Formats: sequence, C-alpha cells, structure tokens
Amino acid sequence: MTDTVGIVIVSHSSDIAKGTADMVRQMVGSEVKVAFCGGNPDGGLGTSVPLIIDAINAAWSPKGVAVLVDLGGAETNSEMAVEMLEPARRDLVVVCNAPIVEGAVMAATEAAGGSSLAQVKAVAEELSAD
Amino acid sequence: MSVPSETFKSLVKAAAEQVIASAPELTSLDQAIGDGDHGTNMKRGCEAVLGKLDAISAQPLDEAFKMIGKTLVMTVGGASGPLYGSFFLAAGEALSHDKHLPEDLADVFGSAVNAVSARGRSHVGEKTMLDVLVPVLETLKSAAGQPDLIARVRTTATEAVERTAPMQATKGRASFLGARSVGHVDPGARSSCVLVQAVCAGLEARA
Repeated sequence: MTDTVGIVIVSHSSDIAKGTADMVRQMVGSEVKVAFCGGNPDGGLGTSVPLIIDAINAAWSPKGVAVLVDLGGAETNSEMAVEMLEPARRDLVVVCNAPIVEGAVMAATEAAGGSSLAQVKAVAEELSAD
Repeated sequence: MSVPSETFKSLVKAAAEQVIASAPELTSLDQAIGDGDHGTNMKRGCEAVLGKLDAISAQPLDEAFKMIGKTLVMTVGGASGPLYGSFFLAAGEALSHDKHLPEDLADVFGSAVNAVSARGRSHVGEKTMLDVLVPVLETLKSAAGQPDLIARVRTTATEAVERTAPMQATKGRASFLGARSVGHVDPGARSSCVLVQAVCAGLEARA
C-alpha cells in the first residue's frame, strides 16, 4: 500500500467525531488512516490537547496528516497540539479551515488518490470558499 | 533580584484558588455569550496546577512558568487552555532569555500577552481576555517603579473588564452572536481580571 495522507477528526463531541470517522470509512474504506477524538479531559463536551496529539500520531503517515475540526476551541487546541509534536512531525500536519463532516469526507477522498498534504487541504478548504 | 520560590508558590496558589472560586461566575458569563464551559474548564486547569504545585515551585522560575503553561494546555479542554497556556509558556520563555522578575515584569508580561494575541489571532477591542491583559500591560509600562503600581494595575483590570460589556465580539464563540454579545462582560476578560487581582492581592499581603 502506498502512503496516503492521514485524517484526524477533532470535535467537541466524541459522538460527532466517531460518527464523522464512520462516514469517512464507509466512503473511502481502509486506504486512508483515520483517527478521531472528542471531549474534554473529563469526558464532557470540549477538546483535549493530549487526545489530539494521540490521534495525530495514530493517523501518522510520512505524507502528513490533515486535521478537521468543528468549533473554535477545537481549532485552537489542534494548533497547540501540532506545536507540541516532535519537531520532525510539526511541519507535516495541517489544520483545515473546512466544515468537519464534509471536509473530512472530501479530504479523505482526495487522500485516497495519493494526493499531497497541500492538495488534500486545498480540496477540503474549497468547501469554505465563497 | 529574584522572586523567592515561596512567594511564587503562594501567588500561584492564590491565583488558582481564586479562579476556582470564581468558576460559577465565569460559567454564568459564558452561558450568556459562549458555550458555558469557561468556569469548569478553568477550574479543571487550575486544580491540575494546584496538584502539581510542589513540583512546579521546585523548578527554576522560567521552567516553573512553562510547567504551568503546559499543565493548562493539557488539562483545560477549551480554547482558554492554549490561550492561557501560551501566556505562561511565553513568560517562561522570556525568563529563559535574560529577563528577570520582578525588574523585567513589563517585558515578560508583554511577551506573554503577545503570545495570547498570536495564538488567538486576536487584538484588543474584540471582546476577549486581551481587553484586560493589554490595558494591564500598558499600566505595567507606564507606572513601572511607582509606589502605587499594584493599586493602579487593580483599577486598570477592573475598569477594563467592564469596558468589554458594550463591545461586540468578533473572535471566539461569542462572535457567532454578533450584536447579541453586546451588554455582557466577556468571560475570558473576567478570568484574566480574577488572575491579575489575585496576584495583586497576594503581593499587597506581602508588602
């Protein structure tokens, strides 16, 4: 199997994160590594930097990882998580400005075709264009 | 000059306990214009800091600040984790690079405030914690060395929080509310004020 960009889904809700990952898997199969996390460190609604770091490492690919987020705190915590990765990995992770469900599906579909991290991010972010 | 570790420890303890005591108020402010988790998130982070306080205060001051920052990042669970985390990480970083407390307080605080601004891609006037932190920084600069510095900082922080009420949020969750965010004090500005006031009170008690 050739390497494909990994996908990480970060929601405030673990149910949304898991449901989004389920949709991605159904549409693109197992060609793309998908990891997800949701909920704060106590398990309530929110996001958790350590869980995001674990998810990025779980979805790790030499081609990089695209992170899809829902609301503000998920974005801020994901950016923080990227900065706390080991230095060699930091530059290979991007947080996409895209709606979480549609963005994850589009990013994974693009990744499955072997596209670069920049291409995967661009396709997801087209959804946010006017 | 340097800050004795006992002083540092007591200030951190006072600030964390004051935030924990303010959690219900922070939550209620956040329910008005955010998602209602600011109090519980800050409480969780401050409890984690208190749990590590002995280990934190055993470190050199720069490392102690970084440990506080990292603890908040890893435990808060909302955007305030990286925001306050970046504040303390940047303060620690400044102290690792030839800055010293208390003499370089304004410089160190300035580095910390810049880190918050960068992390949140936000600026003063957008109804955020920066609307307290930036005025406090300005007072730290303008009143540096004055005998009433602490009193001036306290007044600045209290007035700055109230000035967030008429602002319309353009950053963070409150920005979804647009004009409906007007009339409510910003929860992040309030938690910043709580921290500043707690540290000032601790310094006054030691003076």
